[in-house]
Amino acid sequence: MTSRRIGVYICHCGGNISDYVDVPAVVGAVRDEPDVVVVRDAMFTCSDLTQQEIFSDIVEHRLDGLVVASCSPKLHTFTFREMARRAGLNPYEYTQVNIREQCSWAHTDDPQGATRKAISLVRAGIAGTRGTRPLEPTVVETTQRVLVVGGGLTGMRAAIGLADLGLAVVLVEKTATLGGRVGGMGPMFPHGRVGADLVARLRDDIGRRPAVTVLTGAELVAKSGTYGNYHVVVAVGGERRELAVGQVVVATGFADYEPHIGELGYGMPGVLTLPELVSRLDSSHGPLLHDGRRVGSIAYLYCVGSRNEEHSHCSKYCCSATVHTALRITERNPGARQYHVYRDMRTYGRNEEMLTQSRRRGSLYLKFADDDPPEVAREHGRLEVTVRDLLSAGEEIRLPVDLVVLVTGMVARQNRELVDVLKLPVGRDGFFNEIHPKLRPVETVVDGVTICGTCQGPKTSAESVASGLAAVTHVGAMLKRGVAELDPQVASVNPEACNGCAVCVEACPFGAISMVGAPRPAGGGHRVTPAEAGSGEASPGGLVAAVAATGCKGCGACAPVCPTGAIDLAGYTDAQVTAIIDALAMDLPGPEGRTGDVVGPGGARLRVAAEAPAEVVR
Amino acid sequence: MVGGGSAGTALAGAATLRRPPRILVWSTNMISDPGIDLAGSSHLHYPPQVVVISLPCTSGIKPAWLLRAFEQGFDGVFIASDGDECGYLADCSRRSAGIVAEAQAMLGRRGMDGRRLRMAAICSVCAEPFARQVREFARAVAEMEA
Repeated sequence: MTSRRIGVYICHCGGNISDYVDVPAVVGAVRDEPDVVVVRDAMFTCSDLTQQEIFSDIVEHRLDGLVVASCSPKLHTFTFREMARRAGLNPYEYTQVNIREQCSWAHTDDPQGATRKAISLVRAGIAGTRGTRPLEPTVVETTQRVLVVGGGLTGMRAAIGLADLGLAVVLVEKTATLGGRVGGMGPMFPHGRVGADLVARLRDDIGRRPAVTVLTGAELVAKSGTYGNYHVVVAVGGERRELAVGQVVVATGFADYEPHIGELGYGMPGVLTLPELVSRLDSSHGPLLHDGRRVGSIAYLYCVGSRNEEHSHCSKYCCSATVHTALRITERNPGARQYHVYRDMRTYGRNEEMLTQSRRRGSLYLKFADDDPPEVAREHGRLEVTVRDLLSAGEEIRLPVDLVVLVTGMVARQNRELVDVLKLPVGRDGFFNEIHPKLRPVETVVDGVTICGTCQGPKTSAESVASGLAAVTHVGAMLKRGVAELDPQVASVNPEACNGCAVCVEACPFGAISMVGAPRPAGGGHRVTPAEAGSGEASPGGLVAAVAATGCKGCGACAPVCPTGAIDLAGYTDAQVTAIIDALAMDLPGPEGRTGDVVGPGGARLRVAAEAPAEVVR
Repeated sequence: MVGGGSAGTALAGAATLRRPPRILVWSTNMISDPGIDLAGSSHLHYPPQVVVISLPCTSGIKPAWLLRAFEQGFDGVFIASDGDECGYLADCSRRSAGIVAEAQAMLGRRGMDGRRLRMAAICSVCAEPFARQVREFARAVAEMEA
């Protein structure tokens, strides 16, 4: 292998890495690695400052390989690839080494072990980088049409935004009408805009845009194809419509948490959830009634089904929605006593003003401890809430009320079929996962699939729209270029090693491999015709396998089936993976009891340490 | 960095390993590697002698690579497969199992215990299952004849 000029950068990640991994020790351990010309550590390698430093090193030291050891490749591969590109280094000459999620954070109990492992991982990263070569993406034209799944507020707004960018849009909605959750809502915080009106306006806007095709009562049932050119199947009214689209935007929304029967009195007359109360308010006029009588007192119990074992997240909209609802009730039932029994109040931003207003208008706030939730009982036909109020020195307070409102949050919708079709990444909370909540907030690890709105986590309607517009921007930026770059990390066949057996053709699930006439290694000129090759046994000079870069998705499944080892996946070549294994194993005590030369892949004699180093791992 | 109580190199023919077993894990970029990341993000501990190579799909692992890992001194190899969630191949489990079976046969011919190679499905949020599986696997490997 020719010599390389590799730069290695080890990140402290504030202290996320360096609190457990001895970063200077890692720097020292890899400094003298062959081919490494510069090694540095940095407080944050992803910072602009450090990126500039790496940029300068690439130029100044004429680096032809780059290793960044920091967080998971899911976070910053793109960041550093782009930085490398700007500095004139091919993005595929860079390797991300994960010493945070898979090292410092997993071994917070063992700093020595973590440090030693980090050294191994960085060495492996360097070993893999020695085998990189510049790769150029295949450029393909893209389909100027977007599939938006979910016709609620976010999906509708995204469809309009995409159409205004000059893209065709197919908006698919599972139910019979557009509008989603917001379409059924009355006045919403903070401005009191009526959800149904909002949605009606969006529906009109869509109606005025011929670029948007709306399919209701429709579901996405299949997706295939490559980045920028997907083939999707939508089941609508018993028929299957096939569509070519360049991108898929998912805006499938949320579900309300449903309390269990008996949970804080749920199931008793007079105990209802916040969405149930809001819907009662929205569908009536005048004073709110219960059992035919004007409601004179309400207790709101916050955080029901949230921030617990089952649902660890905070839905962050429910506090504001409850305070807003309390203000509406003040209008409709003047003089009603309203008790807010909360754990923590999150009326962030300007919603704080609603909280102040509600207190001025008589709402009382009582705070309970995390481990001491309120209790709900029904005594002599009257509901009573008991709470130990931290704001009055933990005193037990009994609140006889007409209504108990359980403030429930948002949970993920059950959407197994869609998850299966799109291979959507689902988080532990059941919501769909973006790549990074701040850096890449609407992108997913699935190519061509963007997510927005409450399907990725609780959001207010304003936040949902903002995220829908982020999806518009992302998809627009990708499609409006007119062309897409396909990942060049695809398989290739070494025609000189191919014996023409065609096993790989069968193994490829994407039909990307075909048998072609072999370029003759010496002198050449003779191209074998299919008839000629099909007539006898496969042999050098007959047909050889070739991979179509546009069809290959880079899974690598063809490589192990090749009997002659003629197939390599770029970025994961036989030489690279072997070098990585060897580097990872380097710190090991020798393979006791299994010494001796072993014949490796391709007949290579493997070096096996005759003597085990006397050092013990930990 | 010599460990206090467990000092001493393993001797050829010794009944069990005298050091923590080294485990090579193969993960997939889209599914199991995020699951392993989540284990770290959740600060779930497993031995630092467990190292991970991530690649697109476990169906792309060459049996020779698995063998190579053992030849270079790994005591166990764990394939964190995608199960039925693979984004590339509907029959990924079957193919990966075939690769494992082939490698186990190769290990057998070298007189090695096939149980040193294990495969289990690890999903993108399987943080706890991963940490549990590798801890348990490390224990099992440590108890095998060295």
